[in-house]
Amino acid sequence: MKDQKHIFSILVDNEPGVLSRIAGLFSGRGYNIDSLSVAQIVESNASRITMETSGDDHIIEQIIKQLHKLINVITVIDLTDKQHVKRELALIKVHAKPEHRAEILRIVDIFRCRVVDVGHEHYTIEMSGEEEKLRAIMNLLKPMGIIETARTGSIALAREKENKNNGK
Amino acid sequence: MKLTGAQILIKMIKSEGVDTIFGYPGGAVIDIYDELANHPDLRHILVRHEQGAVHSADAYARAKGDVGVSLVTSGPGATNTVTGIASAYLDSVPIVVFTGQVNSALIGNDAFQEVDIVGITRPCTKHNYLVKHVEDLARTIKEAFYIARTGRPGPVLVDLPKDVMTATIEFEEPGEIHIKSYRPTYSPNRKQLTKVVELIKQAKRPLIFAGGGVVLSKSSDEITKLAKMADIPVTASLMGLGTFPGSDPLWLGMPGMHGTYRANMSIGSCDLMIAAGVRFDDRVTGRIEKFAPNAKIVQIDIDPTSIHKNVSVDCPIVGDCKKTLALLNELLEKEDSSEVRGDRSEWLGQIDEWKSTMPLRYDQDDEIIKPQFVIETLHELTKGNAIITTEVGQNQMWTAQYYDFDKPNHFITSGGLGVMGFGLPAAIGAKAACPDKLVVDVAGDGSIQMNIQELTTSLEAGLPVKVVILNNRYLGMVRQWQDLFYNKRYSSTPMECAPDFVKLAEAYGATGMRASKPSEVRETLEKGLAAEGTVIMEFLVEREEMVYPMVPAGGAITEMLLV
Repeated sequence: MKDQKHIFSILVDNEPGVLSRIAGLFSGRGYNIDSLSVAQIVESNASRITMETSGDDHIIEQIIKQLHKLINVITVIDLTDKQHVKRELALIKVHAKPEHRAEILRIVDIFRCRVVDVGHEHYTIEMSGEEEKLRAIMNLLKPMGIIETARTGSIALAREKENKNNGK
Repeated sequence: MKLTGAQILIKMIKSEGVDTIFGYPGGAVIDIYDELANHPDLRHILVRHEQGAVHSADAYARAKGDVGVSLVTSGPGATNTVTGIASAYLDSVPIVVFTGQVNSALIGNDAFQEVDIVGITRPCTKHNYLVKHVEDLARTIKEAFYIARTGRPGPVLVDLPKDVMTATIEFEEPGEIHIKSYRPTYSPNRKQLTKVVELIKQAKRPLIFAGGGVVLSKSSDEITKLAKMADIPVTASLMGLGTFPGSDPLWLGMPGMHGTYRANMSIGSCDLMIAAGVRFDDRVTGRIEKFAPNAKIVQIDIDPTSIHKNVSVDCPIVGDCKKTLALLNELLEKEDSSEVRGDRSEWLGQIDEWKSTMPLRYDQDDEIIKPQFVIETLHELTKGNAIITTEVGQNQMWTAQYYDFDKPNHFITSGGLGVMGFGLPAAIGAKAACPDKLVVDVAGDGSIQMNIQELTTSLEAGLPVKVVILNNRYLGMVRQWQDLFYNKRYSSTPMECAPDFVKLAEAYGATGMRASKPSEVRETLEKGLAAEGTVIMEFLVEREEMVYPMVPAGGAITEMLLV
């Protein structure tokens, strides 16, 4: 069986230690976490975790069952084979020498992202999209000199009714 | 009614039907112990090491079929419980462990006797809690017991900061527990059960494999009924011994690394395996590809993670063993009984042949005591009615092989974690649960020394237990591996330097006895078992006796080293 990337949307009680229970489960049982993003759902006592992981069918089945077994996990949805929207946000601080400024702004324009901070020697660009899009813009900006980046990790929601819990 | 945290704790523990706590006091729990003094109806058994408190609570839970409770202080008191908690976790034993914690204002400051026990025990508890507000206390305790005893049982730890124990509030009885993210599946899918009925009717060589889940769900009657009704031979894991009578002709013995020849060969040849409450541990399966290679496997378990974890299953059933087996038996009763029973003559004949050609065997001469002989004589003298606990290693395997358990809850051993030092505190816990029963700890000379201090607990609490030490002056099981696989280099396994166990027993105020010749075995056991109070019976046994059969680690279970 081949390893496959999976993306889970996990609803958990918003209690101290929950993230540690999940992270501990993954490290203790030797599963991978490729990306992780967590935040409280507005006006509720639950949090949504979006997690990307990889493994063969057998491991993915165990991951889902083991997550369900944690007392604080309310639901686990494997979005991989479902219609879903997925986004990641990145902030990219790039060298902006006078001769490169126009080029950077052109790239920003083409990717429909925006400059959120301007300094004498840099631009900070805010960019959201799927991972491939982030990688593409970073490749284009690389020659100008990327100073540092920060990324949120993917967040995702199912396109149809699976997101009914949101906001409850 | 205004109550302190400590008062609420005791009140809630009592309301769960608990009458015994195993514990050890300390600074962080001194308020709880002060309150405990007002409750003579809640028996506190003072252990001599916190590890003992948890093993005792574990065995109490298993002998009684209810939740065991221990109470310890913060810091070292808490860390000393970890081995016991991990053992209970791997054996799915319902216990609740209360640990003291420093004042909540000090948490995180590296205060005296502070340790993050909730963090430490996260991977080895079913769930755990740090109670930060006295308002949450009653409900948390109720939840802790609920989680420990429902679904697949397991240990739950509740960490109690000192200030929460001294705080006062108006007590409110917590309501029923509903946890939306925790709803174990008890009732099986009926469609799957009709499939099982068909599988049983088609099977030529069926086999039942029972495990600890059958003990926990109290379904040994249902397993026995199924076996008899459909004429199916039964094997049971270490944790499942006693779920099916060891004296029954359909009994195969334990399978796995030290399983009987016929149990392992039956697994290799069966065409249907009905597995109930087992998790297919590596010590049972050996090499996975060669495990029951010709069988359709039906697996019944309340924990979905146990299914498809180690072996692929053809018919998974998530549900409580008792409910599931009872329903299955109901369905089978409606069928034509000759179809259900099938023609087993060839299959059972084959098993009889395996049994008669390769039985468990040892040769007892007149000179040196064989450890197996001690266990067989113990079984004969106790008529199988004693509760037997063990330590871990050869003593544990010989007990599993030679004490033919007829009843569930009579064999209490640290199966999954394999804790040396488990048996003595476990015997004390079992005696507290069943004061009218004879309780015997079968020990090795190595493992008995790991929690020997609990002899005092037994004497002080008036919980007499009998300890049988099979003394071979080796860490026998490791030596056995060194003998077979490490060119007999006995690295650190000789235990030449050991206490005089008879004098040691006497120093503790117990009775000590010793047998060094085969002719003394029966008499020593008779006297020791009949004597009042706690007794150590030391048997000087054959030093290099091996546990056979043995499947080398990673081998197929049908390829055994035999005597």
